[in-house]
Amino acid sequence: MTHDLVSYEDALKAYDPVMGLEVHVELGTKTKMFCGCSTALGAEPNSQVCPVCLGLPGALPVVNAIGVESAIKIGLALNCEIAEWCRFARKNYFYPDMPKNFQTSQYDEPIAFNGYLDVSLEDGEVFRVQIERAHMEEDTGKSTHVGGATGRIHGATYSLLDYNRAGIPLIEIVTKPIEGAGVRAPEVAKAYVAELRELIKALGVSEARMEMGQMRCDVNLSLRPHGEKKLGTRSETKNVNSLRSVERAARYEIQRHAAVLSSGGTIVQETRHFHEEDGSTTPGRIKEEAEDYRYFPEPDLVPIAPAREWVEELRAGLPELPSVRRKRLQEDWGIADHEMQSVLNAGAIDLIVATIEAGADAASARKWWMGELARRSNEDGVELAELPITPAQVARVSALVSSGDLNDKLARQVIEGVLAGEGDPDTVVEKRGLKVVSDEGALGAAVDEAIAANGAIADKIRGGNLAAAGALIGAVMKITRGQADAKRVRELVLEKLGVQG
Amino acid sequence: MTDLTRLNAAETAATIASGEASAVEVTQAHLDRIGAVDEKVHAFLHVDTEGALKAAKAVDDKRAAGEKLGPLAGVPLALKDIFTTKGVPTTVGSKILDGWIPPYDATLTTRLRNAGIVILGKTNMDEFAMGSSTENSAYGPTGNPWDLTRIPGGSGGGSAAALASFQAPLAIGTDTGGSIRQPAAVTGTVGVKPTYGAVSRYGMVAFSSSLDQGGPCARTVLDAALLHEAIAGHDPMDSTSIDAPVPPVVEAARNGNVKGLRVGVVKEFSGEGYQAGVVERFNGAVELLRELGAEIVELSCPSFTYALAAYYLIAPSEASSNLARFDGLRYGIRVGDDGTRSAEEVTALTREAGFGPEVKRRIMLGTYALSSGYYDAYYGSAQKVRTLITRDFERSFGSVDVIISPTTPTTAFPIGERADDPMAMYLADLCTIPANLAGNSAMSVPCGLAPEDGLPVGLQIIAPALADDRLYRVGAAVEAGFIARWGHPLLEEAPTL
Repeated sequence: MTHDLVSYEDALKAYDPVMGLEVHVELGTKTKMFCGCSTALGAEPNSQVCPVCLGLPGALPVVNAIGVESAIKIGLALNCEIAEWCRFARKNYFYPDMPKNFQTSQYDEPIAFNGYLDVSLEDGEVFRVQIERAHMEEDTGKSTHVGGATGRIHGATYSLLDYNRAGIPLIEIVTKPIEGAGVRAPEVAKAYVAELRELIKALGVSEARMEMGQMRCDVNLSLRPHGEKKLGTRSETKNVNSLRSVERAARYEIQRHAAVLSSGGTIVQETRHFHEEDGSTTPGRIKEEAEDYRYFPEPDLVPIAPAREWVEELRAGLPELPSVRRKRLQEDWGIADHEMQSVLNAGAIDLIVATIEAGADAASARKWWMGELARRSNEDGVELAELPITPAQVARVSALVSSGDLNDKLARQVIEGVLAGEGDPDTVVEKRGLKVVSDEGALGAAVDEAIAANGAIADKIRGGNLAAAGALIGAVMKITRGQADAKRVRELVLEKLGVQG
Repeated sequence: MTDLTRLNAAETAATIASGEASAVEVTQAHLDRIGAVDEKVHAFLHVDTEGALKAAKAVDDKRAAGEKLGPLAGVPLALKDIFTTKGVPTTVGSKILDGWIPPYDATLTTRLRNAGIVILGKTNMDEFAMGSSTENSAYGPTGNPWDLTRIPGGSGGGSAAALASFQAPLAIGTDTGGSIRQPAAVTGTVGVKPTYGAVSRYGMVAFSSSLDQGGPCARTVLDAALLHEAIAGHDPMDSTSIDAPVPPVVEAARNGNVKGLRVGVVKEFSGEGYQAGVVERFNGAVELLRELGAEIVELSCPSFTYALAAYYLIAPSEASSNLARFDGLRYGIRVGDDGTRSAEEVTALTREAGFGPEVKRRIMLGTYALSSGYYDAYYGSAQKVRTLITRDFERSFGSVDVIISPTTPTTAFPIGERADDPMAMYLADLCTIPANLAGNSAMSVPCGLAPEDGLPVGLQIIAPALADDRLYRVGAAVEAGFIARWGHPLLEEAPTL
């Protein structure tokens, strides 16, 4: 189903977008939020369940202390206040993949609230996203609808339920309305989720792999005419599960809302599904009236009152946060803001750090990842980190260059070999015979051959035209099939022609 | 040979420990008694003959091996069908769980097993513990052994009737608004609602989580104390379980004494609706306490007037959420799954067929009370009343050690009399509900037969949270005082069936 869309530019001419982002992060705790079942992925369906997470009659929840600790860490890292006393609440609604037919969550007493996260946009501009709250809850099971065309419940002949995921701890992080981003709203959305993901990973509370569903984003969006204070009706695009999709979904909804509004229509408050294939969204269930979840304090759990000393201990123990780390690395590497931003945008920070840790110097590590390898990742359409080369291998290539065993051109061939699966850098060098010709005799002979073949150029050089040396160097490189150290060749050429470099 | 079913639990344990009778003999005697009378009483929903004899044999083997036996080893018990029992059906008195065999034991069940207590079977109850007469059971009513045409109280009518008809010397009940105490009162037995959190709720099918409390039922105060000690104590599987030592209830039950004790009589537990004979017997108990050296103090707790109203908002609200899981998808019955219907339709049909009218009524009440726009007026206000009731208790316990009242305003009413009048039914819990709302401990102990109908009357004793031992101290004194006056325990006067 496609909608008439207004061009993005026209949409922004008439309206201001307001976004609200809700991100669910599955915590990487060993056990579930309210029972001792394993959270490991990939197990046989319904093999990691017990009376508690199956919601059997009589079973009761017990809070996972690590889950609470993780929630507090996330709250602190998001500059939130940490509640001195808070409770869980039951969110009542029916769905077959939710064993108790209520979700144990938090309502008006979240564990963390009132924070912010500064996010860097592609050009280095920093945008502050205000955080409303971060609260603890449990994941639902997983339904697989069989027989329908789309994999959705509509039209399915039967459904399979897997409760392994039921009860896995989730932290839901909700922003305040994001206003004033204007034309950059989709970019802000993407950058926010990206920064949040980095933060979660740095805290070590989750691997936050979006493709594995460990981090899921709902994009709420509304438009209002410029100058209008009142918020427009929002749509809620659910489960947008990659950074790129977050940006696309926001952009699509801006265009769709604008089309509806500018033709005199009204936006229906509804949930929508995002489609990876074409970047569009389609309606899910219509919320005719706000759903009534009949929240009330969870009577099976006691309130959580994190001691201030404990909170301060956790604050003191927080790891270096991504933005601080980036700043430090940028200083260490001695690069400009926009260069650091490119490294961040390319997702190369950790790769470069690992390459440096494996022995490379900062400049060459950054050069390889942001140059040759970035080019390849663009060409192949894969993330930098997905390229089949390790930081250690890049460091080895870099070492071979600084020892003079490889020149840049040969190094690129070695990298190409590694990416093609020919083995380690040393194996590729060996197999392809890519050593720099360092045998002075052989090199001398090649220089002599080049001089003999290019008499006119040699004369120019003898006459003091040093710029012409490049042509002779090129000829030598050709004879040695590129395996010569260009610097040494130049020295030899000038020496043999009796010219001072 | 003595009739083993007429012994109380402490005597039974001594008989087994001395080798006078084996645990298997004791258990068999009770199984035979069940076989003889339960067709009339209908206290049990399920009798686990095999499991009971096996548990009894294990006690005998242990004794033969010279191992030390616990204070209740080999004593048979009737377990309310609200606690999960691995491999043994658990219905909670509802059709919706018909045929469900739990894959796990409740913590309480485990403790009973570990104590060597022999579980005879599962007892009848109002569906999901919602009721005061056991008439709301999907499996038919239970008769009161004093008069089989009358109700045995509820929701734990099966457990109380099993005791009063000598089918078991011990039973387990659960008390959300009076479901242990009210059946105890109308059957002439002893029932205790321990402090909220004293006995683990893990594996006890939830009705109203913030009020539900399992507890001991017995024919004597000492037996109740022995059972209390066996089942109470911290459970890491229940977050609301109290992490503190169990009060010395057995010691208290052995040393009944009220000399110098300040006993409060609350004005609000009297007036319209109280049967004359109940008031008379209650006054007799007050007199007895005075004679035994207690100081009687008159009190007023104005908030108690609102307790029933608050209860009927809080309990149904929590129930509406607790019972949402019964959707026919994972366990229990499933209705209408013929391949053409959606999950929602099957759930609706399952609940239509599986829940009885009282359960449906309370789910609707609770759903309404929690709805947005009504929450503050109903659930919110009810919670405020709850706070006021707690404060009234706290204030009162500043000047008295325990509070007493009739357990229930009337004696056992005829089966069917209030079945169509929920409000009349709800009034049966008028005196018991405040202790649930405040989380206090409370007991019902027999205080005589009402002159007009010859049916048992219960005296309620309420103590502060964590002071459960006071119940037993006072209960034992009252029990001894009355036995001295009557010349025998009250239950001796019950029909033998």
